[in-house]
Amino acid sequence: MGRSWHGGAMAAGVLVAAFAAWEIGVRAFRVKPIVLPPPSAVFAEFFSAPGWYLGHAWYTLLVTLAGFALAVVLGVALAVLIVESRLMEKSVYALIIGLNSVPKVAVAPLFVIWLGTDAEPKIAIAFLIAVFAIVIDAVLGLKSVPPDILDLARALRGGRLATLWRIRFPCALPSLFAGMKVAISLALVGAIVGEFVSSQRGLGYVILAAQGNFDTARVFAAILVLAVMGVALFWLIAWLERLAIPWHASQKVHLPTP
Amino acid sequence: MTAGSAAGIEVRALRKRFADVGVTALEEISMSIAPGEFVSVLGPSGCGKSTLLRCIAGLEMPSSGSIRVNGAEVSGPPEGLGMVFQRDALLDWRNVADNLMLPIDFRRGDRAMARARAASLLAMTGLQGFESAYPAQLSGGMRQRVAICRALVDDPVLLLMDEPFGALDALTRDQMNVELQRMWLAEHKTVMFVTHSITEAIFLGDRVVVFTPRPGRIAEVIEVGLPRPRRLAVRSSETFNAYASRIRTLFEGMGLLKEEA
Repeated sequence: MGRSWHGGAMAAGVLVAAFAAWEIGVRAFRVKPIVLPPPSAVFAEFFSAPGWYLGHAWYTLLVTLAGFALAVVLGVALAVLIVESRLMEKSVYALIIGLNSVPKVAVAPLFVIWLGTDAEPKIAIAFLIAVFAIVIDAVLGLKSVPPDILDLARALRGGRLATLWRIRFPCALPSLFAGMKVAISLALVGAIVGEFVSSQRGLGYVILAAQGNFDTARVFAAILVLAVMGVALFWLIAWLERLAIPWHASQKVHLPTP
Repeated sequence: MTAGSAAGIEVRALRKRFADVGVTALEEISMSIAPGEFVSVLGPSGCGKSTLLRCIAGLEMPSSGSIRVNGAEVSGPPEGLGMVFQRDALLDWRNVADNLMLPIDFRRGDRAMARARAASLLAMTGLQGFESAYPAQLSGGMRQRVAICRALVDDPVLLLMDEPFGALDALTRDQMNVELQRMWLAEHKTVMFVTHSITEAIFLGDRVVVFTPRPGRIAEVIEVGLPRPRRLAVRSSETFNAYASRIRTLFEGMGLLKEEA
């Protein structure tokens, strides 16, 4: 507990120092605000209309969470099919590994054509960018069951479904959470990309509109909100992880031996 | 499954060949194990003794020959089977109490009814008070004790043990031998115990089935006449050493033990 406090204080210290250096540097070298506004100007911009920023942030957050949730549900379902069926593994999994190297951002305009300009195409892009991390890590996790334990399940006459539920799923959780930590950040990227392509709402829209007006302070304010959101989402997953897998090696506590 | 009963095993002309790797693991294995008997299967590494155990467990299918457990031909894992592996195969995400419930969960049994049995098994192995500990918090010996309790909790008719103490240090191993004997004397399950330790095989077994190197055949079956309960000191007795030297002579005859390089 004391140690994590210590770590938090250190991180906060570094952050404050970075902002101070930024402020002093911009003033000392008389950098034009249009190039790099001082943090004081960025904060002033945010606090001039915090409700407006949070409204757009809320939209982006919902798109991100929707895309992420879709990626987890469909990604895990796909991973189960891949692990349970030799045919699916040979066909779909190979395809997925290949498709993962395609720059998903390039597909974004297509979704606008297909799904219109509402939230759907943004959710679709957030999903598409996030889902690969989920599938790949979920497959890895579902396959990580030690062979002895699979033998034991068979010897106990456990059916496929029971084995999946009682053995493979819990065994996959550490790996799945690693994938979800990556995927939540990717979903946020996807949401912003979607808003770049076409939107009247969200932080991606705020950034794009402010850029059009050379309002650099506003761009920075939006980026700052995004950064806070990204870190908070990551912490959320890390917190869920601690709740879900208290048994994992990271939580190890030694008891005295009898 | 009938509670408190023990299964007999009949193996007839069993042959097992792994075609994909071109290896014949077992050749002409015939043996029978009486209900309630403790049989040690002893042999060098890779002699197919684990394959025999896996065939009886229904995890591998024989290439030819037959296996009957309680008179029924084995075509898949038989009912009332308890298994213990070299690595304990505990579930990291379940605490000790819940690990013991796995066999109950798999047959959709009533956990509440099994709790008393689980508690008495844990007490027998000195694990009371550790019900809510996770496997990562336990020592190797404690983990293997949990694995044995788990194999026994659903009152199996047959206990198959595949080098269960092979990964433990020598002292813990001796202790586990004593405890396993005590549990067997209390429960009288049919046990097939695969090991490559001559001492362990004699100390625990009613009979020791000695295997040849691959392809595994039965070289000899030795009846161990030592009275029970056996104490660890029996291992330095003359009778015990006579059994051990007979087995060593067998292994020397197979070219497995050589004095000179």
